[in-house]
Amino acid sequence: VSTEAVSIEHLLREASPRVLAAVVRRYGSFETCEDAVQEALLAASAQWPRDGVPANPEGWLINVASRRWIEQWRRDSARNRREVAAAALDATAPETVSDIDDTLILLLLCCHPALTPPSQVALTLRAVGGLTTAEIARAFLVPEATVAQRISRAKQRIKASAAEFELPPPDALPERLDSGLHVLYLIFNEGYTASEGPQLHRVDLTAEAIRLTRQLHAALPDNGEVAGLLALMLLTEARRPARPDAQGNQVPLAEQDRTLWDKSLIDQGVELITGALSSAPLGPYQLQAAIAAVHADAPSAEATDWPQILGLYNLLQQASPGAMVDLGRAVAMAMVMGPRAGLCELAVAERDPALARHYRLNAVRAHLLELAGEPEAARTEYLTAAERTTSIPEQRYLASRAARLGVPKPHEH
Amino acid sequence: MKYLILIHHNQQATELWASMSAEERAEGILAHTELHRDLVDSGEMVASEALADPSQARRVLVSAGQTTVTDGPFAELKEHLAGFYLVDCESIDRAIEHATRIPEAAFGLVEVRPVMSPNGMEM
Repeated sequence: VSTEAVSIEHLLREASPRVLAAVVRRYGSFETCEDAVQEALLAASAQWPRDGVPANPEGWLINVASRRWIEQWRRDSARNRREVAAAALDATAPETVSDIDDTLILLLLCCHPALTPPSQVALTLRAVGGLTTAEIARAFLVPEATVAQRISRAKQRIKASAAEFELPPPDALPERLDSGLHVLYLIFNEGYTASEGPQLHRVDLTAEAIRLTRQLHAALPDNGEVAGLLALMLLTEARRPARPDAQGNQVPLAEQDRTLWDKSLIDQGVELITGALSSAPLGPYQLQAAIAAVHADAPSAEATDWPQILGLYNLLQQASPGAMVDLGRAVAMAMVMGPRAGLCELAVAERDPALARHYRLNAVRAHLLELAGEPEAARTEYLTAAERTTSIPEQRYLASRAARLGVPKPHEH
Repeated sequence: MKYLILIHHNQQATELWASMSAEERAEGILAHTELHRDLVDSGEMVASEALADPSQARRVLVSAGQTTVTDGPFAELKEHLAGFYLVDCESIDRAIEHATRIPEAAFGLVEVRPVMSPNGMEM
């Protein structure tokens, strides 16, 4: 792929929400405008590398999308003239209000509560992120038809709910924003957990999530949770170069070569989270980012400030209780007060039915038993965890930990 | 998450199927057609196929660069795989909900298996 093709791709993704907003303002219907813009983006990605990028790329895209919309409108209106809104061809509607507002409005529309999370994710990536259906399908390892159906269903639901292309009222905004942040988090997580092999030819979802979250942060600079989520993404992404070993296996945090961590991403993340913590009300994304920042700050695994991490987990448990938070807290407890304390904490957490049969419980217990000097019991737990996980790289990792403990030690006399 | 819904068949089910009236059989086929359509509509369908009779199977053995192909399944099977739905849905409970609509579930011949993912967290 040439650098020119990459820069065209970037240009199209950046322009996508602005073009869509302009076309929706002109013609009113999000559903049909989104299709028209998608066609314009596809046309551009075919023509621009061949004919060169036009002088005004966004104007070009808006024109082509408008033409496609009108062609479709003529076909539809020929079939059923009565359904056509008289105002549909009013090209004098106000132009772009501001780029920042448009991105925010689009994101909140795509994260409409009537949609399921997979539909919200697919629609956000297409309408806000400017990705094609094929790219989204490859990223999530499902057929293109499946993603196309999720998108078209999502748009029908938005149409049925009569949602307008505007900011939700102030009282509904926080809830909608929560769901928008969750969607961005899901997109990031999908990219971050992807292993190296099959990721070839897949869109870089972590980069995409970070790009969209940066835009959201630009729209809402004072929102602590938006800043917290962005910081969490940057601090997590910073560790990416240290995660696979030479064979492509996952390297756990404690064993990563910290010189490989991306210093500039860490600096950005730390600055963001420091600013948010000192000025905004505390929230779960900020707390998770703060935990990631403490890890990032430690020159070695041994030098990690575990008491501070435990304190942050205590706050997180109050702000956003959940099984995974309990597990993280048990590890922190073990690191501060010894593995026995962590194991006691796990025994309590295990009462949660969501956790009782979860492989992560076994994986954490295995780790703590290993620290406590009980290799036999640890090995059994690693094997149970390996049996229960549905992740190939995690299974490989857990099985290798078990194998390491399975080698019988020579007798000491 | 992807789940594979496996539909097994056995002698009893095959005989029952053969003894059914045309209407009863049409009902069974309709249940599959409707499930297929609903999975496509909801954006959860990845793939779905029915398999030919196990007597049509070929066993493949590659040894020292030599390929040997023999007829038939691995053993005299009490149960054999007759078809599958590969779905992508929110949870195993949702996959089970789909599985309950398969007529073969009345004989306990339907199984839901989580599919391994190439994604994984750093521990």
